[in-house]
Amino acid sequence: MAGLAIDRVTKRFGEHTAVDALSLEIKPGEFVALLGPSGCGKTTMLRMLAGFETVDEGRIQLADRTLASADTHVPPEQRHMAMVFQSYALWPHMSVADNVGYPIKLRGLRGTAYQLKVQQALALVELEAYAERMPQALSGGQRQRVALARCLVSDPSVVLLDEPLANLDRHLRATMEHSFRDFHQRTGATLVYVTHDQSEAMALADKIAVMKAGQLVQWGTPETLYSKPRTVWVAGFIGQGSQLKVAAGHPGKHLEGADLMRGLNAIATERTQSVLVRPEHIQISTQTPAANQLAAQVESVIFRGERYELSLRLPSGETLLAYHHSAPDPGSQVAVSLHQGWCLEPDQ
Amino acid sequence: MTPALTYDKYGSDNKYDSQHRWLLSSLLIAIVLLSLAPSLRLLVEALSDLNQGRHSPLWRVLNSASTWRALWHSLYTSGLGMLIALVLGSLFAFAITLTNVRGKAWLVFCFMLPMMIPPQVTALSWLQLFGPASPLLKSIGMAPPLGSPQPLYSAEGIALLLGIQSAPLVFLALRTSLLSLPRELIEAARISGAKQTQVWGHIILPVTRSGLIAGGAMAFISSLGNFGIPAMLGIPAGYFVLPTLIYQRMASFGTGVLAEMAALSLLIGLLALAGVALQQHLMGRSRFGLGGHSGRSHDFTLGRWRTLVTATLMGILLIILVAPLVALIVSSLVPAVGVPLNADTATLNAYAEVVGRQGATWRAVRNSLWLAGSAAVVLMLLSLPLAYRLQRLPERWRGVVLSAIEIPYALPGVVLAIACILIFVRPLPIINVALYGTLGLIFVAYLARFLVVCVKPVAASLAQLDSSLEEAAQLAGAGPWRRLSGIILPLVAPALFAGGLLVFLLAVNELTVSALLWSAGNETLGVLIFNLDQGGESVLASAVSVLVVIMVASLMLALSLLAPRLPKGVIPWQG
Repeated sequence: MAGLAIDRVTKRFGEHTAVDALSLEIKPGEFVALLGPSGCGKTTMLRMLAGFETVDEGRIQLADRTLASADTHVPPEQRHMAMVFQSYALWPHMSVADNVGYPIKLRGLRGTAYQLKVQQALALVELEAYAERMPQALSGGQRQRVALARCLVSDPSVVLLDEPLANLDRHLRATMEHSFRDFHQRTGATLVYVTHDQSEAMALADKIAVMKAGQLVQWGTPETLYSKPRTVWVAGFIGQGSQLKVAAGHPGKHLEGADLMRGLNAIATERTQSVLVRPEHIQISTQTPAANQLAAQVESVIFRGERYELSLRLPSGETLLAYHHSAPDPGSQVAVSLHQGWCLEPDQ
Repeated sequence: MTPALTYDKYGSDNKYDSQHRWLLSSLLIAIVLLSLAPSLRLLVEALSDLNQGRHSPLWRVLNSASTWRALWHSLYTSGLGMLIALVLGSLFAFAITLTNVRGKAWLVFCFMLPMMIPPQVTALSWLQLFGPASPLLKSIGMAPPLGSPQPLYSAEGIALLLGIQSAPLVFLALRTSLLSLPRELIEAARISGAKQTQVWGHIILPVTRSGLIAGGAMAFISSLGNFGIPAMLGIPAGYFVLPTLIYQRMASFGTGVLAEMAALSLLIGLLALAGVALQQHLMGRSRFGLGGHSGRSHDFTLGRWRTLVTATLMGILLIILVAPLVALIVSSLVPAVGVPLNADTATLNAYAEVVGRQGATWRAVRNSLWLAGSAAVVLMLLSLPLAYRLQRLPERWRGVVLSAIEIPYALPGVVLAIACILIFVRPLPIINVALYGTLGLIFVAYLARFLVVCVKPVAASLAQLDSSLEEAAQLAGAGPWRRLSGIILPLVAPALFAGGLLVFLLAVNELTVSALLWSAGNETLGVLIFNLDQGGESVLASAVSVLVVIMVASLMLALSLLAPRLPKGVIPWQG
């Protein structure tokens, strides 16, 4: 196992800068997600890690070895990485076992050692019974698992995954998320996972790099991203919550209940600081608002099984998302108390 | 996303990769230069000595009445042939693609067969069908009296056969554009209140106009370059078109008139290029961006007309394909020209002669099989690395390279033949090898001519390949040569094989190039049929032709069996 160091890596396609001075330190055995909307450069970054794209500026290092910089480029076949492609990229002229065994065959493994490795890899993804099938005869989820088995057969130092769940239906996604977590725990490999789906990234990764327009916006654990998003954009991209304007606090700091309420009651021109309020920090009651509470009107109510999701309209005209155990009538007045908020940086 | 596998700046770290790239790039450049060489050499020769004014070859050719006569003959026969091809081709394309006639697959196969049958065989079989000496007419007692003219020895006879031979080109072009016609367009017209006839006039014809233009232009260009038909039908009547004029001059005067022949070739070449340019211009104006679902089987139910339409199509095939072939078979079974076929006279002597007797016949068969086989193998070997490197070129350059290797195939065969003579008439410098007058000259000409036939299917197949298949192998640790042999080759093998078979099919029957390049002892199958017929041995010529048709049909069937494993459009008769 080895750590990956990405140091101010830049990639341009003509005039367009796809990845702009991106730096990440990935520890050995970490499960990292590159998260962002389409066109943010996350796939380009992954392809630079694999060696399919060259690096214009900066440096990529695996342990002490420089993989890529402006004047060196280790070709993909010498990087000892493995990758799960969005289309799985199973070779249609080889059986499942041949597909899985190809990387170790190239490393000169033959005979029983080879057979054993292939069987182990197939066992890990529970596909031993399908060894002699052709890839075309498998379902989407099974193909995905063959691609995974092919990745782990050669004990790669880094496994790259390019939106591997994009082609699967919702039910299968849940199952596959489970197998990815399982795979990571069993192999301990460093995993870099590209996705545009924030819930997928939050569920799987140890750390997430949020990207936008080629730049790294935030780099942190899922918990940090959720509770302390850096900018207005990240806060809107990850999790549920409401953004309000207040006249209090500083970016990157919490705002406690009393300060928050005071800040909200200031006149409109002074309320310039954006603050994120997660629904779990909002308490509502159907009684008349007390002095330290806000009055709000119920706009809509959605039943979510374990709770109700309420959309509230504040006197300032801002909307607020809150959870409640019962369903108030739409149009009725409720009292709202806010316990905590997180102050955001404006977007560049 | 972006093109994969770009290593332009990085030579130092990956030795194999740079070696691989360097080798493939040199191959690519060498082949492009070799493809351009014949046309350039021809251009230089044709434009040489222009300073001599009235005595320069180009000037003399342009001032000769026979040039302008042959040019007019070429335009007349090709133009008339194109009209016949348009009528036949569009009838079949509309009927087979848009309606529910019976036996579509067989109708298509039979209609496409004339395209793959060598022109001299087509001409020979039609000659056996008509005229006072026709064994078929004699056998059924319908032969015209001796001395009455052979109706096919005429400009219209040439045009008719050119039309039949190139009708499949129109059919294919039109069928392609009909298949891409979204069903919704027709349904929207019907729901708006258009009757079936109005749908045709308002929707189908305008939308498929580009297909008609493309097909017509291809038919015209291919007729212009056709040598076999005007040679078999025109030379006996003293009716010369440009390719036969060049052939006749070369046959009478040899290499002494090469400069003038180069000038004449330039004329045909320019005519063909003008045809291509006109076609592209017209198509650019009438092509529509079509979206939506395509590939439906049929829209118009013929109802009680179904049997009638099916019978009409079969009747036409009976006349243009079956009758001439039957005449050919009958001719091959009689003991001598002019003897009617019956139980007493039927004999397999001609076949025994062809297959059994050692001599020119067997030698020609061997020459052709050897030439076509080795050309197919060499081109298959070249095509994979070439197409692989091509795939990695920027799109604009890919177009340039493909056009360069297309030139020797797109130009009429006589033009390439004259160019090859020009290049090889003297021994090659440095290695001092003389190719002129050997089978090697024909071989080289075939390589240049048919390269594009083999490269195109492979390139199409590579373009369809998901690039991640190769990237996955690369990450697994496979170097460039390993990827080419272990991943790419097995995946494009069907297309490569189909390309090789196509080359073999075209080369084994080839006449135009070899008619000018053959020498004693180096005849090809195409030349043999032509020479036998010119020498009055039409029974033997028929026997050879029957064998050729059987070979062509079985090769076509073999290719059709490969079809499900090939990208669309690789097999010419399946569009």
